[in-house]
This record gives sequence, structure tokens and C-alpha cells, in this order.
Amino acid sequence: MGGISASSPQLQRRNWTWLYFLLPSIVIMLLFFIYPILLTFFYSFTNLALTGEAAKELKFVGLDNYTRMFQDPTVRISIWNTLVFLIGSAVIGQQVLGFLIALLMKHKNKTFRRVIGTVVLAGWVTPEIVCALCLYSFFGDEGTLNAIISFFGISPVTWLFTVPMLTVILANIWHGTAFSMLVFQAALDDVPSEIEEAAVVDGASKLQILLRITIPYIRETITTNAMLVTLQTLGVFGLIYAMTGGGPGTKTTTLPIFMYNQAFVNYQLGYGTAISLLLLLLGIVLSLFYIRSFKK
Amino acid sequence: MNAKQRKLIYRILPYVVLSLIGICFLLPLLWVLVASVDPNAMQSLKMPKQVTPGNYVDVLTSRENQRAFAIGLLMSLGQAVIVVLLALLAAYPLSRYQLKFKKPFMLTILFMTSLPITAVMVPVYQLFLTLKLYDNVVGVVLFYVASSMPYGIWMIKNFMDSVPEDLEEAAWVDGASVFTGIRKIVAPLMVPGICTVAIFTFSGSWGNFFVPYILLQSPENFPASLKLYQFFGQYGMVDYGRLAAFSVLYAIPSIVLYILSQRFMSKGFSMQGGTKG
Repeated sequence: MGGISASSPQLQRRNWTWLYFLLPSIVIMLLFFIYPILLTFFYSFTNLALTGEAAKELKFVGLDNYTRMFQDPTVRISIWNTLVFLIGSAVIGQQVLGFLIALLMKHKNKTFRRVIGTVVLAGWVTPEIVCALCLYSFFGDEGTLNAIISFFGISPVTWLFTVPMLTVILANIWHGTAFSMLVFQAALDDVPSEIEEAAVVDGASKLQILLRITIPYIRETITTNAMLVTLQTLGVFGLIYAMTGGGPGTKTTTLPIFMYNQAFVNYQLGYGTAISLLLLLLGIVLSLFYIRSFKK
Repeated sequence: MNAKQRKLIYRILPYVVLSLIGICFLLPLLWVLVASVDPNAMQSLKMPKQVTPGNYVDVLTSRENQRAFAIGLLMSLGQAVIVVLLALLAAYPLSRYQLKFKKPFMLTILFMTSLPITAVMVPVYQLFLTLKLYDNVVGVVLFYVASSMPYGIWMIKNFMDSVPEDLEEAAWVDGASVFTGIRKIVAPLMVPGICTVAIFTFSGSWGNFFVPYILLQSPENFPASLKLYQFFGQYGMVDYGRLAAFSVLYAIPSIVLYILSQRFMSKGFSMQGGTKG
């Protein structure tokens, strides 16, 4: 900032002009973003429904949706599935694999780096429905994976039925790893090579350098990235929905899928919003952590 | 194993591991590419006996598909243009004026960028029913705009901070209004930033499935993402070739735009993108 001092006439005039500039954005965000968030809180205490008695008359039902939620065994399953999906595909999967790729790529042949980088990025750039389709056919009964293992004499497995959670986790890793890879590549480039070289002179092994120097040095990036990746994974719907539809049974029903089923398949919008509130609160907590890391 | 051998293994091992990872990432992708030109495509990756553009021709000549692609393009383009324009306006006072609420406002914006949109869709659906915007393409665009405004403002404001103020002041002296200053001086100097924001908002909604899935009902309003999903459900089990061709066509804009965006983001990829208050 600079140029104009605080008392200049330009600034005086500016005291109200800012409103005109910001107003359109604020109005549209208030109406279609912030208002729905407030509605989430409100509707979760009502019996809002699309059909039946409740559809005619909106009534406050107090904490009914919440008591129902805590008694509903499917909610517990969905929360568990969401956690497994989050930790498996985001916190561990994308982060560890992304870090590993970034680390191994360092100081490697340029063409080789470019080829591997492009392949990993392709999964990220591809829209989620296409990803779902690619991985669905890969894990399908007559899919590529079964073709490969039968080549080695192993009998085919019905992956999408036997280990559905694993397939959607791998699909999300396939789709999202590139982001972590890019983040860690940038972070690793910032680690001063003098420190690592000094450690080599002192006789440290590669593993020691990694654990004692490199990882502590980029610790903040790891935390921020973990939060960002978790936030992105929290809302994943299309990928799972198109691959398994949340099934078989409830085996891959995460909170977004469960919310969708309650709200739009069973028409229980009130109950659906109570579930989305759970999702939202989880997101809010993570976002606050994320912003704190920015504020420093 | 002597020291020499060990050293050799250490040198080769990363290449082996990376190649294996690369193959795992490549295989599913390879299937969609190969199946799209194979008239007898199966669920598994295989060498096609003949290669034809038949699947692409089938997909592209279908009236319904053309419509879906057109709607998708219009929605994403419309959203990108509106977001950029509104964000330019909003970012201006945030970048140039001394406002008391600037810091909390920017932090709120940052907070909003990271909220999961999935969680607000049920109330948005109800809101759209009330506002008679349900099953309306324009309504979906409005929601897209709102949900990417925080990201747009955040990015554009940071880009605008790096445009020196002196140039504008010179224009004001010459009698230009604030708006002319933005249009003729500030905006042209931040074309890379504007393109980055436009590309990211475009790809975001182009690839989005959940939002139109909730807010649209009639098949004639479906953008490409929904059409593909519908196609998957209807013919997925039998017609892998056309499904793959549709997928490739649908993925092309995202890929092309990503490559373009790399040219605009000169400084590569870094998360700590300046939080100047």
C-alpha cells in the first residue's frame, strides 16, 4: 500500500464507495452461500420433508432429528466409513504417496520426471465422474485388474463387492495424489541443500536425513496439506456414488452419500440437513485449523 | 553385497518404484483412451482389433449430447465470466483502500473457500424450490458463482496487490474515473491472474457432478457431467466404447485448460500465496 496518505480527499470519498464495489459479491454470497448454511442449522430442527404429512406443514421437532441420528446405526456406520475414507485416501494415501513421489523425483532425469508427473497429474485433472468410470472398469469383474492377475494364474476377485471401500479409497488416491505431489515438490525444493549436505558430511544416513532434517523442515506444509486434502475429501460424493452407489449395502456409505439418501431418496430433508450439519461442523473445525496455519 | 552393488541399487530403486507407481496411474487412463477408439471395447484393457473413430462420431452426432456439452460450456463460461467481473470489483477496495474490516473479511473469505459445498446442498435445494429456481440452468450458474466467489475474491485480491498503484494515480490525474482505471490499467496488468481464476472456476464447475445432480431434473437441462452419468447408468454395462469416447470428450476441456493455466502461473505451485492484509 502506499501513494495516498490517510487524509487525502480521495480516501474521504472512498469511505462509502467500497460498498458499491463489494455489494454485488456480498449479496450473491449471502443469498446462495451463507443463507443456506444458516438454513442448515434451522432445518435440522424441523420435520421438513418432500412428501407425506410433513410436506404440508413445517414443524419444529426440537432435537428429534438429532436423537434419531444418534440412535440410527447407519449414522454410526457412515461416520466410521467417512473416517476410514478420509484417513485411508486423504491423510495417508494421497499424502504419503504424494510425498514419496515428490521425494523420489528429486534430482532425477528430467524427461523421466516429466513423464511420471504427467501421468499422475492426468488423474487429478480428469473430472471425477470420468475417474469413477475409469476405476470402475479397472476393478470390474471383467476389468483390467482381474485380467492382469489371471495372467499370473490367480483367480479373479469381485473387487467392487469384496473390498468396496478399498476400491473407492484407491480411486480417490488416484484422483487426488497429484495435488499433494505438487505441494511437496515445491516444499522440498525450498529445503536448503546445504543443511542436507552438512548432514551427509557428518555421516548421517539417507533415512536419518529424511526423518531428522527434511520432514521437520517442511512440517508446516505437511499439516496445511493434510487439512486441505481432508477438506477436499470430506465432500466427495460423485466418485463414490458413481462407483458403488454407497454399497454394497452400506459398505461405502459415507456421510455425503447417507445425507443424499435420506434427503432425496427417502425425502427426509430435515433429517438430511441434520446429517449435513455434522459434515459442515467437521468442515468448519478443519477450516479453522487451516486458517490458523495461514495467520502465523 | 559390496558397496558398489548397494550404490547401484540405491540409484536404480527410485526409478523402479516411480515406474511402478506410474504404471498404476496409467492403466485406468489407458483403458478409457483405448476403449474409445475400439468398436468392440470391453471392460478390460485390450489391444483393439481395429481402430475407428466410430464411437466419437456416435457421441458427437447425437443431438442430446451436443445439447449437454453446449449447456455445460455455457454454464461454466457464464460462471467464470461473472466470477471474474464481480471479483475484480470486490477486490478493488480490498486491495486499494484502508478498510477497518479488511482483515476479518479476508479471513472469512478464506474460511469460506474451504467449506465443503456438499454439506449445504440440501438447504440449497429447498431454497431453489422456494425461489422457483429449481431445474433452472441459470439458477445453477448463480449458485456456482456464489460458491466460487470466495476463491475468486481471495485470488484476484492477491493478484491486484501486486499491481502498482502509481499507474492508476497517473490516470486519475488525467481525469479517468476509478472504473476506467480498473478497466484500462489494473485489469490488463493482471491478465495472468484473471486467466488463472477463470480457468479454475471453469474447470471446477465443468467437472462438478453433485450440484447439477441435485438442482436439475429434466434431462434436456443436463450438462455434460450429468449426461455422462446418465449414459453410464443406461448403457454402461454394454456400450463401453461410446461411454469411453464420451468420457474422453468430456475430459478434454479440463485437460486443455489445465495446460493453459500452467502457462499463466509462472511461479509454479506454492500454497503460501501471500496474506498481505
